[in-house]
Parts: sequence; structure tokens; C-alpha cells
Amino acid sequence: MLDLEFMRLAFAAGAIVGVLAPAVGFFLVQREMSLIGDGIGHVAFAGVAVGYLIGVSPVWTALGAAIVGAAGIEWLRARRKAAGDQALAVVFYTGIAGGVVLISAAGALNANLFAYLFGSILTVTRGDLAVIAVLGLGALAVVAVLLRGLIAVALDEEGARVAGLPVAMLNGLVSMLAALTIGVSMRIVGILLIAALMVLPVIAAQRVAWSVRSTMGISILFGLGSVLAGLTVSYYGNLPPGGTIVLTGTAVFLVASLVEAVAR
Amino acid sequence: MPLALELRGVDFSYGQGPQVLTGVDLLVEQGEFVAIAGPNGGGKTTLLRLALGLERPSHGEVLLYGESARSFRDRTSIGYLAQRTTIGLHAPATVRDVVEAGRAPVRPYGRLRRDDREAVDQALERVGLRELARRRLSSLSGGQQQRAFIAKALAAHPRLLVLDEPTTGVDVEAQDALGALLHRLHEDLGVTILYVSHEFGSVERYVERLVLVRERIVFDGPPSELPGLWHDPSHSHA
Repeated sequence: MLDLEFMRLAFAAGAIVGVLAPAVGFFLVQREMSLIGDGIGHVAFAGVAVGYLIGVSPVWTALGAAIVGAAGIEWLRARRKAAGDQALAVVFYTGIAGGVVLISAAGALNANLFAYLFGSILTVTRGDLAVIAVLGLGALAVVAVLLRGLIAVALDEEGARVAGLPVAMLNGLVSMLAALTIGVSMRIVGILLIAALMVLPVIAAQRVAWSVRSTMGISILFGLGSVLAGLTVSYYGNLPPGGTIVLTGTAVFLVASLVEAVAR
Repeated sequence: MPLALELRGVDFSYGQGPQVLTGVDLLVEQGEFVAIAGPNGGGKTTLLRLALGLERPSHGEVLLYGESARSFRDRTSIGYLAQRTTIGLHAPATVRDVVEAGRAPVRPYGRLRRDDREAVDQALERVGLRELARRRLSSLSGGQQQRAFIAKALAAHPRLLVLDEPTTGVDVEAQDALGALLHRLHEDLGVTILYVSHEFGSVERYVERLVLVRERIVFDGPPSELPGLWHDPSHSHA
């Protein structure tokens, strides 16, 4: 399997995404915003459509749209213009509806679109891998440096605000990192499935972890494991990689829940 | 020396809603242990949120250590325990994780230094949870969880400790222990304490000053001077 260049590239890109998605997803889950990834993903879909329409690589327009969508959700939430889930709903539906209209206008309602919606890891090029590596590792470095402040806000947002932490900035940053993760991971699992990779490993890890740091560590292991195992299964079973990776993540979650139930 | 807290002529309502506080004047000196009591919905929590600069008064001014509460800069000097707090109860956070989060405002970025770890150890020691530091918070009793939250508030070495309904869901024995703990912290650290509750009991023994709030301040003085009729502030007052 690893004799093939495209599989080696797929594993390398998948490994970065497998680590990055749960590392960022951890903070979304703690803030009870597990579905934000989905909302941003739908806006990224509109971004893909814009890319087709203006003839620019959809990866970049999707990344741009994801960042705008994430900023929108955070703005609505922070200003209390809408409750977290309502802010998400507005962005979610606007994104998908805008995407459908734009993509139709671009005449791109075709099979190529599927690659963005559900991933096409087997077509990752060396250039793609370089972009994924630089952005992914950069995002991980930001999380590592700001970890203590991010955890403090995730555990107790109001306490952090009273104590003078830059809560709005840190929350905005988490949303930006989520957007970046989605942009980077789009080729691997697709914009409709990436949110699962940000959430499933984290909620699985919560079942078996014993502290905040162990939750982060185990969720990264679960994320990485899901991507690598999912890719292997998809290769030998001739299955779509994105879906297989996410279903592996679901299986990990079920096993972790079982372990928790037995341990009690 | 500036007052720890000053509210002068403060009115407040949420948006277009009814007036929650009217004409509130409250001066708290540094080092005081003040209990703020009153019926549910009487405006106690709102008063605290104004004091912490989380809300803007519709009229009047709120000062923390002589500065406007909204733009108060030395925020790490405030230790705050919010009402019905659920910090770290959903996540698998240990007691130590929670207390370390209280130290984050002092050093939010990079690695923990030795003095941070010492501050965390000291806070755990003060509330008597050193032995349970590695336990998951959700596995502790209500009283122990409250002590962990107080340790979190202490980790940044505050000069003002603000506790909103810290005894909710805590049994009577643990309430007594909490009262004694706050008394010790007040004596040992000289920290100013604002303690909000709709029920008192054990803490009444330790506070120097009781403020009753029901939209307005209806009593302000030592608990011993409180008319007998009012001794249980959870009941509404005429």
C-alpha cells in the first residue's frame, strides 16, 4: 500500500489532519459548540462555489469563506445578537443555500464537486501536502503556545473574563483555527465530514480520560488512529476514504463508551 | 487607600426590562468581609456583576479600587466564583486542572513556572484539597467542589474574593466548613470578601457586615443589629 506515492501522500496529509482536527475540536466541544465545524463547513461550501465561479482554486476561496463564516458566528455569539446555536443556524443555512445557488450559476454541479464535499484524499499532490503541513503545523503551534489561556476560557469563560484574560480574542482565535482546520482538511475528509473529525475523537476521549491534558492527548491519538485506520480500510475495501475515516471515528467513540460503561 | 468597591447612585435594568436595582449606594473598604443577602430576584447577582464590571449601570457609577469597574485593569487581583458554577464538571477536569485555570490570567501563555506551580499548590493546601488534587472534580462532593472553585479563585493571589451563592447544593456540614474556611482566608490573607447568598446560617457568624438587597439596599450593618424578623433573608421582607 505504501509503495504507492498517492497513498504515502494521503497518509502524510491525513496524519496532520488527524492531529489538528481534535486539537482544535477540543475547545469547540468544551464550549458546547460541537456543531460549529458543520456551520463553517457549509460556508466553506459557498466558498468552493465562489472559486468555481471566478476561476480561482476552490481550496483558497473555501478557506477564505470559512474564516468569514467563523468570524460571523463568533461575532453574533459574542454580541449576544443570537444564542450560540441560533448564530450557527443562520450561518449554516445561508452557507449551504448560497453555495447551491452560486455553484449552479458556475455550472459546476458535477462529480468534481463531490471531491470537496466528501474528500478526495487519494488525489493529494506534493504541493497540497506542503500547504497542509505549513498551515496545520502553524495552527498546532498556536494552540501549544496559548494552551493555558485557551483551557482557562474553555473551563470557565466568565471567570476568565473577570480575571482579565482576553476572552473575545481567544474565542475568536479558536473559531479562526476551526476555519483553518476545515480549509486544510477539506481535501482529506470533505467539508461535510470534517466537523466529525473535530468532535468524535474528543467526545470519545472524554469517556476514558482522567484530566484535561489526557483528554487532549487521547483525542489526538484517537483522531490520528481514525485517519490512519480509516485510510487503510478504505484502501483494501475500496471504500470512499472520507466516509470510512469518520465511521472509524464513530467506532472508536462506541468502543470508548463501552469501556467507560464497563469501568463504572 | 482607595475603597475596594464603590457603588454610587446606581440604577440598573436589563435592556427595557423592569428596574432591578434602584439608587444603590454601597462602599466597601479594603479587608472587609461583607455578606450580600436578599430574596431571589432581589438584584444580588446583578449587584455583583456591576461590581465586577460585567454590566454597565443605567445610572450612577461603580468603582473598583478607585477605577471604573468596566475598565479596571488589575483584573488578576479579583477572584470570582460564579453562581451555580459548572466549571470542569462536564469535561474530565481534575481538581488541579481547575485550580491551574485560575492561575492562567497571571501567565496565560507558555509553560507554567515554578512560582505558578507553588501558587497552585498553596491554593490547594489552603482549602485542604492537596490530597485530592489528581481526582476528577466530578467525583467529589458538592462541598469539596466548592472548595476547589475557591482554590481556583485564590490561585492568582486576589485581593478581592467575590463568591456568588457558593453554598447552593451544599449540605449543612459543608456550609459550616465553607464559612470557617472563608473566615480563615479573611484573617490570614486580609483579602476583601464579597459573599452573596439568599441563605446564610453559618457564614453569618463570621461576616462583619450584612447588606440586604431588594431592588434597594434595605439594611446595611453588623448581622447582630439585624431585626430578628429578618434573620432568614431567604424569606421576603416587608
